[in-house]
Amino acid sequence: MPVLEYSVNADAPLLEVSELKVHFPVKHGILGRVRGWVKAVDGVSFDLAAGETLGLVGESGCGKTTLARALARLVKTTSGLIRLQGEDMAQWTGATLRARRRQWQMIFQDPYNSLDPRMIVGDIIGEALEIHHLAANARERQARVKELLESVGLDGAHASLYPHEFSGGQRQRIGIARALAVDPKLIICDEPVSALDVSVQAQIINLLQDLQQERGVAYLFVAHDLAVVERISRRVMVMYLGKIVELGPAEAVVRAPRHPYTQALVSAIPEIDAQTQRPRIILSGEMPSPIDPPSGCPFHPRCPIAEERCRTQVPQWREIAPKHWAACHLADRNFST
Amino acid sequence: MPIRAHFVEIRRELALILAFSPKEKEQPSRFLFGEDSFSRDLCGGRRATGVPTAIPLFRFGNYSRLKARKNLTVIALLEIKNLQVEFRSDRQVVRAVDGVSFSIAAGETLGLVGESGSGKSVTALSIGRLLRAPPAFYAGGEIYLEGRDVLKASKRELQALRGRVVSYIFQEPGASLNPVFRIGAQIKESLQLHRPDAATEAEVVRLLNQVGIPAPEARAKNYPHEMSGGMQQRAMIAMALAAEPKLLVADEPTTALDVTIQAQILALLKEVQQRLGMSLLLITHNLGIVGQMADRVAVMYAGQIVEMAPARELLRRPLHPYTRALLRAAPRLGGSGRLANIPGSVPRPGAMPGGCRFHPRCTMARPECAVKEPELREVENGRHVRCPYWNTP
Repeated sequence: MPVLEYSVNADAPLLEVSELKVHFPVKHGILGRVRGWVKAVDGVSFDLAAGETLGLVGESGCGKTTLARALARLVKTTSGLIRLQGEDMAQWTGATLRARRRQWQMIFQDPYNSLDPRMIVGDIIGEALEIHHLAANARERQARVKELLESVGLDGAHASLYPHEFSGGQRQRIGIARALAVDPKLIICDEPVSALDVSVQAQIINLLQDLQQERGVAYLFVAHDLAVVERISRRVMVMYLGKIVELGPAEAVVRAPRHPYTQALVSAIPEIDAQTQRPRIILSGEMPSPIDPPSGCPFHPRCPIAEERCRTQVPQWREIAPKHWAACHLADRNFST
Repeated sequence: MPIRAHFVEIRRELALILAFSPKEKEQPSRFLFGEDSFSRDLCGGRRATGVPTAIPLFRFGNYSRLKARKNLTVIALLEIKNLQVEFRSDRQVVRAVDGVSFSIAAGETLGLVGESGSGKSVTALSIGRLLRAPPAFYAGGEIYLEGRDVLKASKRELQALRGRVVSYIFQEPGASLNPVFRIGAQIKESLQLHRPDAATEAEVVRLLNQVGIPAPEARAKNYPHEMSGGMQQRAMIAMALAAEPKLLVADEPTTALDVTIQAQILALLKEVQQRLGMSLLLITHNLGIVGQMADRVAVMYAGQIVEMAPARELLRRPLHPYTRALLRAAPRLGGSGRLANIPGSVPRPGAMPGGCRFHPRCTMARPECAVKEPELREVENGRHVRCPYWNTP
């Protein structure tokens, strides 16, 4: 897969990822012999401009969370390069790494488990300020926490409460305030609204969009719900079995998907209006094991239009329409819907 | 008048049938309720008014026997009337379900929609009286399954109802299956309990095959952890179907699954339902699933039904402000612009606002909404709304 020459503006992108691989060993027996490798992320390349939102969709087990965690330096990468503002992330260690960590933050899926139940909200948010020496004294810290809480739509007085006193949506707001505390350039959102109710989900999506406009922060927005991802992202990439199968402008990926997997994904979403219901493609089977992925195109065993070459040749990653990429031998042909 | 009197009559007649049936096995296996020509025949030309439209029957066990009785009327498979469920502790009483009424006809799919804490799961669990009591307490109302009151049933009667009449599948198939027994053994256990004559390996394989599990003979020997989430949910469905229930309660059956697997499971549920003529109570928070699966929908908010209507009509023209807001807040494919959000969050049980429970979050609220609690009223044919101002734009 060649490195993508894609960026929204001419400036160097905020984040560049090329040929990233994250493999986990499968150990066996008491000696811990390595029996195989789980290829969770297997050669992923993309970039992300400052202030942009890039959506990442895929089913569970496709490697999207591993990719998000690798970018946040929470898991070790096997090979490949991650550059943040032109600097190689792997080179950072010790104090440099700690200082650099300010540039990215993460928001997690489960607002119940990602906040320490024994800390008051003021300390949860204030801890980051302390670690990065962003507040000179306690009063300044307090003022900053209050300001952050208000920016995410909570009351400044909430700083003295514990997480269990909040609803799910409010907790997710606290998680966002904590991420914003160090003024990051990139926020990696790992399924931030999946655990929330529909009415609250809309509040959080709107809040994330408002914060982006105010602060120019970039998001990598990981989710399994294509409708949510489309709403918030400028570009969307679709992942299957450790690989990116399609990447393009959000509207194009949803309205005119080029990869058969994306087409199935779009058609599987239950539509509210009966009138607009699309023909449904129900995929047979499930995602194969990432320990022993299929030969050729990883999607071929489930693909409704697979041909002989799909079983043997790995499809090229190519630009099918302007700024719209897909890895499928038949990406030109199957564009009929 | 008519409905209530109607029901009293129906129940008297049902008691008669039961009294005359020599064995429980030979009881009529389906009762239906509604306005289609079939049930009208059955009712001797009498039309029940204001009742939910029934769905054509797919399987009707002792139809001829039923028809032979001239004066027989048909009733809903499930009828819940003014159900009230509380959770009691030393410190407080929390009413999770407050005055829920609905019915499901044979072969019908009812979607029960609501956000977390709206009381939809508590309602569903009450049907088989599955809530642990205490802390749960059935504070009022009646639940009739095939005309028998679940809340007054003895332990033995309950055992006869559970499985044979109502079966469940839940959100987390992995948590519902026993991790230390093979799938086949667990399905066989269900067979032994509910259909002891059919508790054979062959029947287990047939059930697994029916839910689309490939290589069922081999899969029966698997432990739950050896299966994916989608396969586990299929196994759960097989287990629920083993008892040949008349009503399947599916509590968020696909929430833990991926969309492509969700599509498979929903297609499967629809297919078995039609083949077996089973009724389905589908609990979900996803309005898209409702549009795809349900005949009728009941929308719950803070322990009450706020709107109930035929699914397509409700989705096309929602009448209650909450339903309208919910539909606007749901992200749709190909939509653009900002999502309309509903301010605030669902009130906690035990801290319900006075008057209309939705009024603090309602954009159309008037001063009187904070004082007077609205009733669920039928405003158009088959459309029930708990808002007196549903008609004002």
